[in-house]
Amino acid sequence: MKKSIADLAKIRQETLRKIQLRDKEDTNCRIVVGMGTCGISAGARPCLSAIVDEVHKRGLSNIQIVQTGCVGMCRLEPMFDVYVGNEKVTYVNMTPEKSRQVVVEHIVNKRVIQEYTIGEVEK
Amino acid sequence: MRDISMHILDLVMNSIHANASFIRITISETSETISLKIEDNGRGMTDETLKQVVDPFFTTRNTRAVGLGIPLLYQNVKNTAGSFNIDSKINQGTIIKALFNKNHIDCIPLGDVKETLLSLIMVEPNVNYIYKHEKDNQQYVLNTKEIKDILAEVPINHIEVINWLKKDLLQYNKDFKIGLYKGGSKWQN
Repeated sequence: MKKSIADLAKIRQETLRKIQLRDKEDTNCRIVVGMGTCGISAGARPCLSAIVDEVHKRGLSNIQIVQTGCVGMCRLEPMFDVYVGNEKVTYVNMTPEKSRQVVVEHIVNKRVIQEYTIGEVEK
Repeated sequence: MRDISMHILDLVMNSIHANASFIRITISETSETISLKIEDNGRGMTDETLKQVVDPFFTTRNTRAVGLGIPLLYQNVKNTAGSFNIDSKINQGTIIKALFNKNHIDCIPLGDVKETLLSLIMVEPNVNYIYKHEKDNQQYVLNTKEIKDILAEVPINHIEVINWLKKDLLQYNKDFKIGLYKGGSKWQN
């Protein structure tokens, strides 16, 4: 038990240091994942895990990942919104692989993946 | 829902939307059954609502007709000839109990509860979760409040902490003891 608490305390110290360093950068990004019954049964959880994993792998900071309930478009689940600054893009029919691509392209490279967006799918 | 861990995620989301700040998830496994209990301190339900809660498309939301989460769980429990019970008190909270007969051919698997917990901690870090899993006379307990106390100003859903939780904390068969780990020897999956 002591070992684990010591590990966690160490992570706290390291994370604090990183937070202080990274707070100077400003990614200002929010990802809102649909986690109503429809989203969960369609596969929102693996998509969320993929997002978290990719965000960690890329060392991204200042990214807030939150949930929302059913937004009334169950047929398009799993879906999530990406807010960068004041701009919102809704990605639909997502998979873990597509979710990773969104993190890389949209958040890192600042390029919206049009073919996954609600505007493109609902044409 | 493909497995019980998905139902847990869905039910806990209901608790969160009912403004719960504390949620306890208990899983007890025997050779024949999987028992699930979810308790919250959310706003609770009236007797009238409770009577209709297993009806598909019944909802207290007035924005759109959803309301399939509990009926789907009820159906999956019924498929295994198990039992289902909800108890709720206004402004006190709700307790949901579901018992699956796991040897029944229609019983869905337990699934990846670890991923469900991580998802919950990630998206709703302010809620305090207690997760208890009992199996073969051993029990594992994860209390996020304890972890938050150690982390202090570092949020529990910080990506570094989540990654640590993922790698170390919820590996039942590893030698970690940050939760109140009871039952002596290591968890055997």
